[in-house]
Amino acid sequence: MSESHTDNTHLAHHFSDAGQQRESAKLGMWLFLLTEILLFGGLFVAYSIYRTWNPDMFHNAHLFLDVKLGTLNTIVLISSSLTVALAIRSLQLNDKKNAARLLTITIVLALVFLVVKYFEYSHKIHLGQLPGKYYTFQGVEGTNPHVFFSIYFMMTGLHGLHVIGGIGYLSWMLRNTIKGKYSSDYYTPVEMGGLYWHLVDLIWIFLFPLFYLIG
Amino acid sequence: MSASKAEHANHVLPLRLYLAVGAVLIVLTFVTVAISFIHFGGWNLVVALLIASVKATLVALFFMHLKYDSKLYLIVFLGAILFLAIFIVFTMFDTMERDQIYQIEAKPIRENAAMYDDSSRGMHSVPHDSIQPDSSQ
Amino acid sequence: MSSTDSALDLSFLRHPKGLKSWLLTLDHKRIGVLYLVGITTAAFLGGFFAMLIRLELFRPGPDIMGPDTYNQMFTLHGAIMIFLFIIPGIPAALGNFVLPLMLGAKDVAFPRLNLASWYIYVIGACFALYSLISGAADTGWTFYTPYSTQTNTSVISMTLGAFILGFSSIFTGINFIVTIHRLRAPGQTWFKLPLFVWGLYATAIIQVLATPVLGITLALLMLERLFGIGIFDPAMGGDPVLFQHFFWFYSHPAVYIMILPGMGIISELISVFSHKKIFGYKAIAYSSLGIALVSFLVWGHHMFTSGQSEIAAMIFSFLTFLVGIPSGIKVFNWVMTMYKGSISLDTPMLYALSFLVLFTIGGLTGIFLGALSVDIHLHDTYFVVAHFHYVMMGGTVMAFIAGLHYWWPKMFGRKYSVFWSKLACALIFIGFNATFFVQFILGTRGMPGRYFDYRDQFQQLHAFSTVGSWILGLGFIVMLAYLIHSLYRGKRSGPNPWGALTLEWTTPSPPPPYNFAETPKIIHGPYDYDKIDVQRD
Repeated sequence: MSESHTDNTHLAHHFSDAGQQRESAKLGMWLFLLTEILLFGGLFVAYSIYRTWNPDMFHNAHLFLDVKLGTLNTIVLISSSLTVALAIRSLQLNDKKNAARLLTITIVLALVFLVVKYFEYSHKIHLGQLPGKYYTFQGVEGTNPHVFFSIYFMMTGLHGLHVIGGIGYLSWMLRNTIKGKYSSDYYTPVEMGGLYWHLVDLIWIFLFPLFYLIG
Repeated sequence: MSASKAEHANHVLPLRLYLAVGAVLIVLTFVTVAISFIHFGGWNLVVALLIASVKATLVALFFMHLKYDSKLYLIVFLGAILFLAIFIVFTMFDTMERDQIYQIEAKPIRENAAMYDDSSRGMHSVPHDSIQPDSSQ
Repeated sequence: MSSTDSALDLSFLRHPKGLKSWLLTLDHKRIGVLYLVGITTAAFLGGFFAMLIRLELFRPGPDIMGPDTYNQMFTLHGAIMIFLFIIPGIPAALGNFVLPLMLGAKDVAFPRLNLASWYIYVIGACFALYSLISGAADTGWTFYTPYSTQTNTSVISMTLGAFILGFSSIFTGINFIVTIHRLRAPGQTWFKLPLFVWGLYATAIIQVLATPVLGITLALLMLERLFGIGIFDPAMGGDPVLFQHFFWFYSHPAVYIMILPGMGIISELISVFSHKKIFGYKAIAYSSLGIALVSFLVWGHHMFTSGQSEIAAMIFSFLTFLVGIPSGIKVFNWVMTMYKGSISLDTPMLYALSFLVLFTIGGLTGIFLGALSVDIHLHDTYFVVAHFHYVMMGGTVMAFIAGLHYWWPKMFGRKYSVFWSKLACALIFIGFNATFFVQFILGTRGMPGRYFDYRDQFQQLHAFSTVGSWILGLGFIVMLAYLIHSLYRGKRSGPNPWGALTLEWTTPSPPPPYNFAETPKIIHGPYDYDKIDVQRD
């Protein structure tokens, strides 16, 4: 009953109504996602070119990636996309408790992703499969095998930084949800965080086959 | 306030839709892993990217609500993909054909051009196969 | 007079009061003024380096500096002018101020993001300028590999500065797109928007699409320098030409970030100062979008001599010819607007007319360079230097100055001296052409760009160009003087000193913090001089 008021408490002075404010936020966030796609895009360009120039080396190098761990991480991120979408849905239905639970699960899954990546990275560092001039591993056939690992570390590294950023933002959303700041009248910040998180998932959906499933 | 009013205001999707999409995404993940063990040569990449694109479409349309929101957001998203594709394709016009540049041999530009004329016919006549540096001060 | 006095007292300039209120402002008008201070400082700093370059080139051989310092001079000149002045320039300093007013809005969509954009600009500038004391980069503003990955100069601080500045540009772009889509006053349909808004919109599209690629490019360059990644290093299986693809994918659209807002200003001014409806409104609007989109297809025309494949070179050359068409449409429409118009030669109009002449020369010479076979000879010569100064300075800077003189009474409530402003315009026009026209000739005669030394046969033209630069510099100093003078002693301005029809002229000069007392009702188009009788006041 108290939720039937219009959320003028959240309406900024330069907007005429809540709908205009929400649709502005959404457009702004989609434009930001566009910039993220172009940012990662540069690395996809580098990947395309170097894989085309070194198809066999890429295949040989990728054999040292653990497909099981990659698959696990893919499932983890897809699940976290599902849980964050459901968290927003809960807020739409004014179910703040469930929203908080689902946000928590999302964050936990994101942390699992990072832990798996930590094990993968440690293993590579241990073997000397490092980017650029630090590469020392001998077991990959083909010229310039460090190229594969340079691109691998740059792309998964940039992706990982975005996961960390996402964990930070979603944690802040969780805190605010627990404090009751969001409701079915106003949940825009969480919705925006959800969009960002889905993009992080989208990028991984492409990174996974490109690095782990080179036939 | 009733849940149905919220649904009208914010277009809430049914729970089973989200769960179904999630399930399909996970199934497709296993499919793409399984297919990678069958060797189709160059087609492996095509198939893997196709499956990834299907997964991405599902995430974008349903989890990110592109199917239900203003078309403007869809245009923004597709615009990003389009310009990324241009970046990749146009760059590869160069990188895929780079070797061709080694097939090119130097030839005279025009057989009867003045610069190859041996008799002195003005400032710019020079010997055929060497260009003298300008020694005037 | 008393009403204009109180306009100043009630204006955004004086409300709220205090330095803190300026540094934490969310008012788009104040943020525009903050940017104006920043970019003006950058322009004069970049100009200072330009004067040193031209001084050194007066005669062959070292005069006031050695060759390594010379390389640093042109790098600093280019990087400061492009990243700190021209790219942010019109959108940040003029667009921020004018856009919400033209839309009938109270502010931009994201005022806090707007303030963040300004602070990011300042921080980026600090990193870039730090390189002045840490050993300025000597790579040229284009940072080509492999030299940029190996040189001992301060490449990282300059590229980190540019990287940070990129975020400022992206945030402004996002803000403007959302503002234009969502915050138009009721009745303000797309085809009733002033053409300056269309120009800003097309620019913002480029900003969001292209700038992230600059980000990743500079990040890769920094990673290469710091960690030897090897992506651009042939010894490690990398490709130095790949850097050029990455760099120009942003930097070519970037030149349209520079020119499109300027073209928007010219559309406004030609119509106002011909007191006539703009010819071909929709063609100009669509051509702005056309330029924005096609600009992404031509970047390889900067790389014709780099070793890129023949097929790529041919495709890029062909597409480059396409991108000249929308610009040509605009020039034609501007001229047709003036035909049978009632032309007033106020200072903004003098600069707009200068733009028409100089941008046409710059644009046409761009087409010469787009022809693959011609470019083989002209690439890296002074012809290119002349071309881009004609479009960037004869184009964008003239348009910026035109817009500044047009909106100056609105922004500050003051008028500047007619005599000194026209004198400065004459000095700048003459000085600019004296400096740069001869550089076309230098280029076709074989003088390479970025060269510290040259053969005696080029000395006369170089000397002429240098003297031209002194006239040009004098013009700018005169301009700075009378503009600052006007802030303290200028006659007060009424709401509509030029008799224009766009919404910003319905507010007092300067406007109050909240822009409009009531949301404006849109009853006529922005150029309906045939329907509405509007006077200067």
